[in-house]
Amino acid sequence: MSLQETIAVAPIAETLHRARAGRSYWARVRERLLADPVTMTFATLLLIIVAMALAAPLIATYDPTSGSAFARLKSPGYAGHWLGTDEVGRDLWSRILYGGRLTLLCGVAPVAFALLVGGSLGLVAGYRGGLVNSFIMRSMDVLYAFPSILLAIAICGMLGSGVGNTILALTVTFIPPIVRISETITTQVRSFEFVEAARASGAPSASIIRFHILNNVLGPILVYATSLISISIILAAGLSFLGLGVTPPNAEWGLMLNNLRQAIWVNPLVAALPGVMIFMTSMCFNLMSDGLRSAMDVRL
Amino acid sequence: MWFFIARRVLYAVPILLGASLVVFVLMKMVPGDAADVLIPPEAGKEVADMIRARFGLDQPIHIQYLLWLRAMASGDLGVSIFTNQPVAEELFAALVNTLKLALPAVFLGFSLGVLFGALAAYYHATWLDKLFSGFAITGVSLPHYWVGMVLVAIFAVVFNVLPGQGMGPEGFPSSWEQVKHLILPVVTLSLIPMGVVSRLVRANVLEIRSMEFVSALAAKGLTGRRVLLHIMKNAAPSALALMGLQFGYLLAGSILVETVFNWPGSGSLMNLAIFRRDIPVLSATILVLAAIFVAINILVDVLQALIDPRMRR
Repeated sequence: MSLQETIAVAPIAETLHRARAGRSYWARVRERLLADPVTMTFATLLLIIVAMALAAPLIATYDPTSGSAFARLKSPGYAGHWLGTDEVGRDLWSRILYGGRLTLLCGVAPVAFALLVGGSLGLVAGYRGGLVNSFIMRSMDVLYAFPSILLAIAICGMLGSGVGNTILALTVTFIPPIVRISETITTQVRSFEFVEAARASGAPSASIIRFHILNNVLGPILVYATSLISISIILAAGLSFLGLGVTPPNAEWGLMLNNLRQAIWVNPLVAALPGVMIFMTSMCFNLMSDGLRSAMDVRL
Repeated sequence: MWFFIARRVLYAVPILLGASLVVFVLMKMVPGDAADVLIPPEAGKEVADMIRARFGLDQPIHIQYLLWLRAMASGDLGVSIFTNQPVAEELFAALVNTLKLALPAVFLGFSLGVLFGALAAYYHATWLDKLFSGFAITGVSLPHYWVGMVLVAIFAVVFNVLPGQGMGPEGFPSSWEQVKHLILPVVTLSLIPMGVVSRLVRANVLEIRSMEFVSALAAKGLTGRRVLLHIMKNAAPSALALMGLQFGYLLAGSILVETVFNWPGSGSLMNLAIFRRDIPVLSATILVLAAIFVAINILVDVLQALIDPRMRR
């Protein structure tokens, strides 16, 4: 074996080595997620629920807001209503589909907004420190004085019901915890040596935040935010259940549950359905969040 | 230690001031004002002005806030627009009724949560772990107001063994008749703390189990159960803290369960106030619940500091 050959071989071995060890973090996360049967099962279930809600106009068999007084509270299978009808004779299958749209919207949108606002506030508070930090974090302490559902009820109760107010109320509710997590992680990351090195090399704050801090903070707060979605869905449906959220005659799972409350004496199976949907959706989000957390190995 | 407690209590003052400001701002964002409900549509401007003046609504906004704050701080929670009763009386009675649910619920949820969480961690990665973790995740995923409905359907409608509505006779729950009314709402309310506590305990026990002192205990020859006892002692402070928080959430969050069971607690009071547009009752209830929550948080912090000296920063 000549010297020439060894030199020629070395680069290939090195490339192989780098290909194995240097695979990107996200590729490994994806691999772990795909190997997790529980997460994949419930992710598929969630996809089906979301797809059904999105495709509601295509697959709904009846108008979700109009019914017949002659077909009230019928059991599944009655005259083309394969899931039965509700207390004013509206087709339950169509209402479940349309209801999913509003429930998912009122559940997911607040977390997304809170992630945007709360994440940025926490980032600024953690990065700037000092007075800015005190101001932001002490304001959050004030919002922490309200147990989450109380704040949502206070906002919806005072401002009135409706989809917009529900989303606003839940967004305000979820901002404080996201700010806290984002601030804690940013403060930790800021003291790492690579951030100091970037600053010493003259990088402007904007690019330090963009490249060094955001990349480290985003993962954990995303995982945390996914765990909030299930709470958000239960609360959003809960607000509608109280009559503070989505207004009739729109279909929304919590509101449907409220309308069907008396019907539980007549036709318990029909009355229980919207609750089953809320439970399944919230369960899917919870298990997805757990799976994501262990795949990304995030400690919160 | 006393210094820690004093500092913690003093910090509650600005928090409560901030919270009162939030409630006041929300109050002022109500479409129309508190007097609108009272003023008959055919009333003249003078009558309307008179009613507004009676509630201090003719003052500039910052004076209104200070007047309101002074009244609240002195314990005068105002008068209900709807029933003309002092809010403080109604609220106190309702809070007592909510406590009757929240206290047993948090106790039940905490005990079951610790038990399930510890068992899941002790039998880590076996079918028992999966079973108890499954309980926990179901507990946090269930819309509890729906569970309440289902429990009513099963136990009150089909089997007719437990009452599904109301509180039964007044007074401290001592007779079977009173306890019977408690069972379904308490079980419903305990689901969330059960799930949350159990998840935390399992995660904590697993983490502590991987620490060095645990290996030392095992190496010393202690049995698995004895080692678990040591681990639980270390997991206790955070579980206790969580229990305090959950208790606060239950006090406010019982509104959904109270609605299902027609329980005359603070949640029902709030619900009624919202639909009657009874702003004095609503704002006072929210503020008092927030104050209670802040007090619970202080208690939890002090309790934690008592158990774990490292917390006394």
